[in-house]
Amino acid sequence: MNEHRIEIVVNGRKRTASVEPRKVLADVLREDCELTGTHLGCEHGVCGACTVLVDGDAVRSCLMFGVQADGAEVTTIEGVAPGGGELSDVQAAFRDCHGLQCGFCTPGFVITVRAFLAENPRPTDAEIRSALSGNLCRCTGYQGIIAAVRQVVRQRTGLPPGAEPPASDIRPPSVPVAP
Amino acid sequence: MTGHGRFVEDVVWPDTWHVAFLRSPVARGRIVGLDVEAARALDGVRVVLTAAELNPLVRSWWQTAVGPDAPQPPRRLLAAEDVRWVGEPIAMVLATSRYVAEDALELIELDVEEQPPVIADHLDRWKVEGEVGLVHPELGTNVAAQVPSPDRGMPMGNAALDDVLGTAPHVFDETFHQHRYLCVPMEARGILARWDPYRGRMEIVAATQGAHEVRASTARLLGIDETQVHASAEDVGGGFGQKMYMSTEDHCVVAAAYREECAVRWIEDRNENLVAGGHARTEDMRLQVATDETGRILGIKAHHVEDVGAFPTPGVGSNAKLAAAYLPGPYDIGQYFFSGVATYSNTNGKCAYRGPWMMETVAREQMMDIVAVELGIDPLEFRRHNMITSDRLPFTTSSGMVYETVTPRETLDQVAELIDYEGFRAEQAAARADGRLLGIGLAAYIEGSPGFGVLGAEQVSLRIDYDGKVLASTGSGSHGQSVETTVAQVVADSLGVDYEDVRVVQNDTAASPFGSGTGGSRTAAVFGGAARLAGEKLRRKVLRVAAVALEADPEDLELDLGVVRVKGAPAVALPMAQVAAMAYAGHAAFPPDLEPGLEAAHRIKAPTFMFSNAAHAAVVEVDPGTGQVRVLRYAVSEDCGNMINPMVVEGQIAGGVVQGIGGVFYEHFVYDSTGNPLTTTFMDYLLPTAADVPEIVYGHVVTPSTTPGGFKPVGEGGAIVSPPALINAVRDALRPFGARLTAQPLTPAVLLDIIEGNTR
Ligand code: FES
Ligand code: FES
Repeated sequence: MNEHRIEIVVNGRKRTASVEPRKVLADVLREDCELTGTHLGCEHGVCGACTVLVDGDAVRSCLMFGVQADGAEVTTIEGVAPGGGELSDVQAAFRDCHGLQCGFCTPGFVITVRAFLAENPRPTDAEIRSALSGNLCRCTGYQGIIAAVRQVVRQRTGLPPGAEPPASDIRPPSVPVAP
Repeated sequence: MTGHGRFVEDVVWPDTWHVAFLRSPVARGRIVGLDVEAARALDGVRVVLTAAELNPLVRSWWQTAVGPDAPQPPRRLLAAEDVRWVGEPIAMVLATSRYVAEDALELIELDVEEQPPVIADHLDRWKVEGEVGLVHPELGTNVAAQVPSPDRGMPMGNAALDDVLGTAPHVFDETFHQHRYLCVPMEARGILARWDPYRGRMEIVAATQGAHEVRASTARLLGIDETQVHASAEDVGGGFGQKMYMSTEDHCVVAAAYREECAVRWIEDRNENLVAGGHARTEDMRLQVATDETGRILGIKAHHVEDVGAFPTPGVGSNAKLAAAYLPGPYDIGQYFFSGVATYSNTNGKCAYRGPWMMETVAREQMMDIVAVELGIDPLEFRRHNMITSDRLPFTTSSGMVYETVTPRETLDQVAELIDYEGFRAEQAAARADGRLLGIGLAAYIEGSPGFGVLGAEQVSLRIDYDGKVLASTGSGSHGQSVETTVAQVVADSLGVDYEDVRVVQNDTAASPFGSGTGGSRTAAVFGGAARLAGEKLRRKVLRVAAVALEADPEDLELDLGVVRVKGAPAVALPMAQVAAMAYAGHAAFPPDLEPGLEAAHRIKAPTFMFSNAAHAAVVEVDPGTGQVRVLRYAVSEDCGNMINPMVVEGQIAGGVVQGIGGVFYEHFVYDSTGNPLTTTFMDYLLPTAADVPEIVYGHVVTPSTTPGGFKPVGEGGAIVSPPALINAVRDALRPFGARLTAQPLTPAVLLDIIEGNTR
């Protein structure tokens, strides 16, 4: 099959690749750019694991062909942390809040949250849930992920997440029972 | 999280051939034509393997947990003369890329003469007799397993129970159905294998819950030694049971690598994972329950029917024995009898899924509500009335399980408080007056975890090398359970070093001691217990070595945060790096009975069964216009003994609860009457999202177990008990409509039918 030469700026670096027209962006990133942090959980646009930023917008890289990204700027999960072992605030919040267990879905969530909070810096709980509803996680039951987003909102704005409904972080005390 | 994680599909080997499988398009039929020549001729295709090439390689095929003598379905790598389920692998292409391999599949000509399959619609099934044919003709029956087993001399009934059922003031009889829903790890299955015939070595990287099982299965399959196989896992993207044992496709990959003497890679896609990754649930349970006038349970008779598909794993895939053991749960049920039959069908085989035996809790906890309401007793009171209280411990259940440290009453009371059970009825009445349908559901259980056989002896090995840091290796296979964190915490604590100084290595047959992997909720209790004892052993060793250096009695020394000090003289301090240097190089002054080095290992012997307990409560709202359910509140109270890490405990519970929400309301793998799967993408097989789940509230009751560390099993419970709690809540919400509601899933269509009176 004939191949096309494409040029993408990935995480600030210019990359070129020669790809078949049918090759999806996720595979171009994973195979040609050897950036394997972008995961494929379904290859049909539902799970969100493959989410990357293309020219600032969160897109599903399994639904976009590599040739369509020619000339674009792409941010993958590898481009999110500042480096040197430091984490971005979103990543740190996922760690603090047990927002990941197996970690397979996490790159997609981190990118989604980053794009979402850029647009809506102080979302309500309902808005958080709806923004996350395009990403699937099978391990966490979403509890830690939602808590992580709230943490970022609190840290960035100094305020609790948007008005209604109040985010309850209250937990009942343990009840010790004699053995 | 940073993109630096490494999963099986991220592993790149040179000169590796990508696999795509040709799978059966029909559920049952004879293969009358299979022409792979055009596919073989395609550019980039190395080989197309069929049963003729691959199947003769099979030496033996069994799973460690069931043993070589346990019954198995007639295993085969690739379908030869006939096909037995839609998705069964028939041929295997090895090509330069998955794209090319899939192109080659298009060129294969397959002709199958269809035969009527053994299938039943999910609400009209379990007809063992009078089926149209046999799934496995060589077996002569579609019965995969039966309990009690007629040929094992087990009692086939309980006359005292029959008496009770014949004479009790109240007898209730109900059959519950649980549909087919699946593990669905976000990372599908995958394996890389390469055979080096010159060194006689098989190297495998697999998405697995237990690398040692991969090694063992590979060695058995090919008739080579386990020591010739090096199996390991990178990060594993969830498993929930599906990655506990090697699948047929995994076996095909290692066989192909062996035959072709090359590196082979299979990374399945989501469609394959849904259609062909192990299936789960799919069962019925009939319960007959007798009570006295006061609502005290006098006896329970249970009959369990499981559909195990065509090629289940492990063994014949039946979970009836554990279901029989666990069914009495947290109650004193009096007389008891359990029978079960597992049947083959022309569908994908069953695998383990988080609490594989959980139908016992799903059925029992629904029955508790049904009986309570029939008797006019509140379901909470009815449970309290029959529940085992702490003053009766140790308690031997009607199935012979011995509970020593469980606290079902405490967790039930705590969850009732967390969900505001008392206040809810007023809320419900007010809502009903407004035309809103609110319901509350409770469910309680005892989570049993097997510690018998190969599951009951796990090891943690510790090593402190020259720089004084600790390496812990275990036979566990974390795939999201944070085993690295919890084992490190226990080791740090029992040894006396900083948590940051402990590294955990696991899921690698060359680096970890033999172990059965992560599954069965045993990790905290078994690996945690072993870690604690190994830590204590190594601590004693460190103090002995330090005693030589400090010319002190080990008894007078203490070890904390990696520094040895003389008790009462804190100025005299020896950091671990110095102790280590002495242990390896400064051993000239050691007494003869002191071995150089700093290593210790402990292999723990677990009790046959370990138990934790919990109670869950859900408040739901059913939309009378759409039949849609919203889970408004969800509370969990559990007692998993000492918690190594409460966040990990709560994370395990939350993951399980949401899998239950998915199972009850959204997820359903559907076959049509010809055995053709209809839910083959995430567009049809629906998983719960962040918008579908409530915030879970937790309460912990802490009663240490009698095992080292006082830990108890916790991994599976969330998925076991959330389904009945949720179903009970919906049943409560729909009580005005008098629905029986004994079959899942509870889709909007099903609930609307009830609301609109179109159903039983
Ligand atoms: S892999 Fe792209 S959305 Fe699932
Ligand atoms: S952490 Fe495993 S899928 Fe989300």
